[in-house]
Amino acid sequence: MHQDHFVQRHQAEWTDLGRRLDGVDAKTWADLPGACRRVSQHLALARTRGYSADLVARLHDLAIRSHQQLYQQPVDLGTRLVALVKDRVPAAVRAEWVLVGLAHLLFYGPLFVTLIAVHHDPHVVYSVLDMQTVSDMETMYDPAGTHYLRERAVDSDLLMFGYYIWNNIGIGFRTFASGALLGLGPVWFLASNGVTIGAVYGHLLNIGYGGPLTAFTVGHSSFELTAIVLSGAAGARLGLAWLNPGQWTRTEALGRAARRALPIIEGATLMLLVAAVLEAFWSSSQVVPAALKYTVGAGLWVLVYGWLLLGGRRADR
Amino acid sequence: MGFDPYQRLDTVRRIETPEGVELELPVAGPLPRALAWSVDLLLRMVAYSVAGAILSVLGDTGTGLFLLFIFFLEWFYPVVFELAFHGATPGKSALGLTVVMADGTPVTLSASLLRNLLRFADLLPSGYLVGLLCMFFDPSFRRLGDMAAGTLVIHRGHARPSAALPQAPPLAPQIPLLAEEQRAIIAFAARSSTWTDGRQQELAGLLGDLLGDPSGSNSTLAVRKLCGMARWLQGER
Repeated sequence: MHQDHFVQRHQAEWTDLGRRLDGVDAKTWADLPGACRRVSQHLALARTRGYSADLVARLHDLAIRSHQQLYQQPVDLGTRLVALVKDRVPAAVRAEWVLVGLAHLLFYGPLFVTLIAVHHDPHVVYSVLDMQTVSDMETMYDPAGTHYLRERAVDSDLLMFGYYIWNNIGIGFRTFASGALLGLGPVWFLASNGVTIGAVYGHLLNIGYGGPLTAFTVGHSSFELTAIVLSGAAGARLGLAWLNPGQWTRTEALGRAARRALPIIEGATLMLLVAAVLEAFWSSSQVVPAALKYTVGAGLWVLVYGWLLLGGRRADR
Repeated sequence: MGFDPYQRLDTVRRIETPEGVELELPVAGPLPRALAWSVDLLLRMVAYSVAGAILSVLGDTGTGLFLLFIFFLEWFYPVVFELAFHGATPGKSALGLTVVMADGTPVTLSASLLRNLLRFADLLPSGYLVGLLCMFFDPSFRRLGDMAAGTLVIHRGHARPSAALPQAPPLAPQIPLLAEEQRAIIAFAARSSTWTDGRQQELAGLLGDLLGDPSGSNSTLAVRKLCGMARWLQGER
């Protein structure tokens, strides 16, 4: 068949398909698979029969656009969010229990070792942090004079909320992403954070700021610290793909690792979001008595680990 | 397909669809992608200044909202646009680029999240050095984020309007032509209007034997004959 004849015969169908792909007449999509198959066949014919480059390009454009229309995945944020919280996050975390456990050890191990060391010998804090940082921390958490224990106006609550989102979730994302480059780097990054937090906490306990500080942190720490540990574990999963790709090429291994790690980092993001809300609007509140803060804080720790350990058991199988 | 050295150099990735046809994905290199990124950066800067100016009147609340705005734009600006506007941020759109999955389908939410979260690893230590090095060593110009997400950045195909062949009386070739040769003649006719007369005549003159004028003396006639042959090959009689 000559080209002119071929074009004449199918012109109307191509114009129609083009219009529908442009979004005109979108309601008549009943026969999209058929249209996609036919235009694919026309493209194959045009190529083998040596029709002009123009025609082949035009058919290729129609074929690739109907291919994309046919095989696209709808984005449904609500369903995704429910599935994440209900099943996928806890299941993904448990599937990586070795890395998650390692991340816990490398975060809380150094944290408590430093905390105990500083508590035992107050001078140790100066071998971990410099003088300036220590005195900054003292001012920041001074129960006598500073912002964090006074009832704040709503606008400064919002300021702190913005800051916690921008800073904390940013840290979580960076910890995760650095895994693709630095191998197990994220896990070691956790260790250094553990040392710093342990030193600050130990020092503040020593100088008698411990009570109010604990009341302040107990509410959001369950979400915040666990989320940072999970970000580290998810990042280390990416890093392991480079270090130990197993039966795959490194690129393929990275893709597979990323798919396993994504629900974990998504979960960590949601947890940091919750932590930011708590930290900005609950932890700093002076209306709430300390006893209630401790109770709620303890409840939240149980909730976080209960969720991670028991959530999505059915999806596991 | 056997070993083809050109395949290794080619920047067109070929995929076979379930409909049994090969589609071509022309992957985009570092330069257009960097330009697209610059356009996006410019847009984000404008958004920051506008938002900053508006929110500054709100005091602490404004600062808090501004930090939220920065956070959202820095991490999720590409995700939102890639999902809502056929895989292209405004910058990519301006440069005619699109993000697609490696199988040519539209980019998914998971893939978009991954490639944009890992952007942080690609831009280390500064100026996207890691991403650039990855692209140099990857035949599909993928940065780390693209490798992890399984995505490609491609040039969007432009369906060129079918150029009408120049007027000439249809002319049957005297000898049977291979498909390749037929394509070359039709392509010559389709593109001839974009060249100078001298260039058209120079190229047509090379085919003196085919056109029954071995000496190539009348090259204006040769161009006409070749266009006529193209019309004949397309089915005109």
